[in-house]
Amino acid sequence: MVFEYAPAPESTSIVDIQTSYGLFINGKFVKSKDGKRYKTINPATEEVLSEIVLAGKKDVDAAVKAARSAYGKWSKLPGATRGKYLYRIARILQERSREFAVLESINNGKPIRESRDVDLPLVAAHFFHYAGWADKLEYAGVGPNPQSLGVAGQIIPWNFPMLMLAWKIAPALAAGNTVVLKPAETTPLTALLFAEVCQQAELPPGVVNIITGAGETGSALVNHPNINKVAFTGSTEVGRLIASSVAGTNKKVTLELGGKAANIVFDDAAIDQAVEGIINGIFFNQGHVCCAGSRLLVQESVKDELLDLLYERMQTLRVGDPLDKNTDVGAINSAAQLAKIQELAESGDTEGADRWTLKCELPEKGFWFPPTVFTNVTQAHRIAREEIFGPVLSVLTFRTPQEAIEKANNTPFGLSAGIWTEKGSRILEVANNLRAGVVWANTFNKFDATSPFGGYKESGYGREGGRVGLEAYLKSGDK
Amino acid sequence: MNDLSIMKTHKLFINGAFPRSESGRTLELKSSKGQFIANLARASKKDAREAVLAARSGFQKWSIATAYNRGQVLYRVAEIMQGRKDQFISELVTQGASKRDAEKEVQNSIDRWVWYAGWSDKLAMVNGSANPVAGNFFNFSVPEPTGIVAIIPESKPALYSLVEAIAAAIVSGNSCVVLVAKNSALAAISLAESLATSDVPAGVVNILTCDIAEVAPHLAAHSDVNAIDFMGVANKELAISLEKAAAENLKRVLRPTKTGTQGLNRIKAWLEIKTVWHPRGY
Amino acid sequence: MFTDDLLAMPDYFSEATASQSALKKFLHGLRQVDKVGADSRAAVLATRSIKNNAKNEGIDLAISMIDLTTLEGMDTRGKVKTLCAKAKRPDPLDSSVPSVAAVCVYGDMVPYAKKELTNSSIKVAAVATAFPSGRASKEVRVQDVREAVANGADEIDMVIDRGAFLEGHYLDIFEDIQRVKSACGDAHLKVILETGELNTYDNVKRASWLAMLAGADFIKTSTGKISPAATLPVTLVMLQAIRDFHKATLKKIGMKPAGGIKTTKDALKYLVLVKETLGDAWLTPDLFRLGASSLLNDLLMQRQRMKSGHYSGPDYVSID
Repeated sequence: MVFEYAPAPESTSIVDIQTSYGLFINGKFVKSKDGKRYKTINPATEEVLSEIVLAGKKDVDAAVKAARSAYGKWSKLPGATRGKYLYRIARILQERSREFAVLESINNGKPIRESRDVDLPLVAAHFFHYAGWADKLEYAGVGPNPQSLGVAGQIIPWNFPMLMLAWKIAPALAAGNTVVLKPAETTPLTALLFAEVCQQAELPPGVVNIITGAGETGSALVNHPNINKVAFTGSTEVGRLIASSVAGTNKKVTLELGGKAANIVFDDAAIDQAVEGIINGIFFNQGHVCCAGSRLLVQESVKDELLDLLYERMQTLRVGDPLDKNTDVGAINSAAQLAKIQELAESGDTEGADRWTLKCELPEKGFWFPPTVFTNVTQAHRIAREEIFGPVLSVLTFRTPQEAIEKANNTPFGLSAGIWTEKGSRILEVANNLRAGVVWANTFNKFDATSPFGGYKESGYGREGGRVGLEAYLKSGDK
Repeated sequence: MNDLSIMKTHKLFINGAFPRSESGRTLELKSSKGQFIANLARASKKDAREAVLAARSGFQKWSIATAYNRGQVLYRVAEIMQGRKDQFISELVTQGASKRDAEKEVQNSIDRWVWYAGWSDKLAMVNGSANPVAGNFFNFSVPEPTGIVAIIPESKPALYSLVEAIAAAIVSGNSCVVLVAKNSALAAISLAESLATSDVPAGVVNILTCDIAEVAPHLAAHSDVNAIDFMGVANKELAISLEKAAAENLKRVLRPTKTGTQGLNRIKAWLEIKTVWHPRGY
Repeated sequence: MFTDDLLAMPDYFSEATASQSALKKFLHGLRQVDKVGADSRAAVLATRSIKNNAKNEGIDLAISMIDLTTLEGMDTRGKVKTLCAKAKRPDPLDSSVPSVAAVCVYGDMVPYAKKELTNSSIKVAAVATAFPSGRASKEVRVQDVREAVANGADEIDMVIDRGAFLEGHYLDIFEDIQRVKSACGDAHLKVILETGELNTYDNVKRASWLAMLAGADFIKTSTGKISPAATLPVTLVMLQAIRDFHKATLKKIGMKPAGGIKTTKDALKYLVLVKETLGDAWLTPDLFRLGASSLLNDLLMQRQRMKSGHYSGPDYVSID
């Protein structure tokens, strides 16, 4: 081996993880009233990181109360003042960006390069963007005199902990709402660190409350009678439960759920860049992405050429220690998720698809799944229909653009899609016909604070990002 | 202890630096109480010409920066202004404002600058559109900055008017050449210092203290200036002659009016809308 | 997929190069390159963190790949002499430093370089074909090569006619390269595309294929006389073309980025690109060179720092 890369570990001395955490309610950390405790771990090493609260009903109640009592003042502040708080938060996040990135990788399993170069910059940008909306709400498109909704109960997933937190908190606060946020069970640490940022920014107590917990806590929050808005990002399964449980209430709901995106490669695609897009689409963040390009729809005439290049390119993927700056693919977030991936991958075998697995050395401890490609997949296979949420690509073929569209749309999901072709008119016509909330042409997994994100059909409803993202947190003030 | 203060030299702000006027002339500035304050640099038409060259080069860089980046830079200007709050206040007082009015004005100016900074990455959403043309075309309109804006801001309130005029022009990527009369000179120069220390590329903002009636006509007639904001020209004849001169290369103009043009409408005065068509088909 | 005939050009290449229209069809039929995608792939590869023994190895590898260059109107015998001394012994205080791959000079300076490098393995490369602009008649361009070869050049770095390229006269360029290759004799041929003037990655890809089909041993980005010179994304596009050409013909063509590579960090980024696009087989001076002059001193200072643990300075390397 020539010029083999030496280990390049990012130092963890920048983070200071406490042995245990309470709940962040009313501007400070408090003990749980009726919750139990559990341990959060580093999925790459299975090392225990800290003891976390599973907030109970009384805790949820206290948090909602705090948010409600802070709401009166917060919503009446001039927008410019709310904006200034958000600018402070954005700046502090930029300043502490490295610390957050390291902690994110430790608790989530994603490579430090991603948390450092993708997640955290997007987080800060999101707060910046919405800081600038706080004093311009009359331009949000909700009428000349928009009003906030009240208290928002927000539940976020484990795949992009800080980014999902930013997507929820920033617009809510800009619009004048106060929040109770529940981070995912397996990734509480960066949300708890964010509480410190709120304190450093001198955010009025109660405007942001962070309560940790699992399904029960989330359910208690969603069903709490004194919240006005529910925002959820997670599985379609839980999304259904939430949608049903708010029936009969006045609660506004937005849901960002699962996906099974088609990444469509036409015969005239810029093939090297398409290969990068495919890899980015399914192996970025270990495939733990709702909008992952998990179905490769390749035009039959270029299938072999594309797959040859894809397998060749995959050989340079580095799977391993998330804290190594050269790692491309990190750890699976939990044992439970790993089991799900394995089960679905096995179904690929039993249902008759052909499995190709990247040969790579996986660490002994921790949760790992090697990048995998299934070919000869058909629409009927489970691996073509169900969200795997792992580094597993299902390859299907199509003959014509019409057929590609039909296959791409043939799913209850509708979050995202990719189109690879050098022909502009084809991009626009295909995009026009895809039933997906985000269409990437000649790129994939691109996010921006100004770019609305959300799904069609069972991928949820509502959009996050941009002007449109404010609509979820405002109502018209007109009588 | 020797507590004799060091007197500040008040120079022009061109291309990110602070040169004296090439003409060597000055304008004597006295405080509202008649005390000598400074010999301000008195810009000439050649200085204005240099400023336009700087503005063109600044525009090349600034207009291709991402909206996010421009917003960040402008926000940083506000941070610097906040740090110089006392300097701004004392200068407004020197030039005749009451302490209370000065404090209010400085706070409002900083807040207004922040308000403008937040527009950078929102203009395209509010001022652009996808247009549902009748045909198999994808059609979208995007706002773009027009280029170099010559600015003669209102003289009262001194700082706030500068903020309103300058931020409205540069938030979308334009650059500007600002002519400032004696009465707003101190605020303008401190604003220039804030700009110079905060990542705004050289040439994006150029500030020239001068005799407005002498220099403005040269900017109004300059063929490489794309637009002119002369809301600060109270003299009717001068205003008319500037507008006529601007007509030569069809500059976009913003005249003085009673109610004025503020906020989003002022930003829009310096935007071009570009509409693009592309067919849709396999 | 392709024939077992090692080093034989597949049939369709000889058809593709048989006429101007066939060649144009072939080059314009190559898959396009998405600029943003190529830029972002190069940018991610540039984040590779090269530390400790990898850095040590990279530094020595980079030094051994340098074509130490002087191409100034004011070059003199004295200048060439000191350049060659540096090439042989880059660090006067450390004999463990590898020597560079070659020195690169104008054709008329070749004899002086040859004299200085008589007993070393360092090659003498000469720029030719009316470098850097290439604007001269066919005959003058080839004569320039002949003289450099007669003076003893081991390698020839030629420039393609960019005007002809932008006019689409691909066959003229093809034949020009063939003539030059023929005049090279045993000398190996690097073809400079001057990517900064080609402007698009699609053009860079086409020019790369054109040069390889015509017989280039190496394809090279730039003369170093205009900006932009070598960039990571342009290099990536060229490396991918080399990869594809190798798949089709089993011929290994070398690559040389030149101009604008100033720091050790830059050099290591280029090595990463090569490693992750073409693999370890190309990480040798026989297939990869760096066209640079001031880069060497930065590599030496970094090497000193790796050894001593503290930062070095310009006083500890020679200025030639």
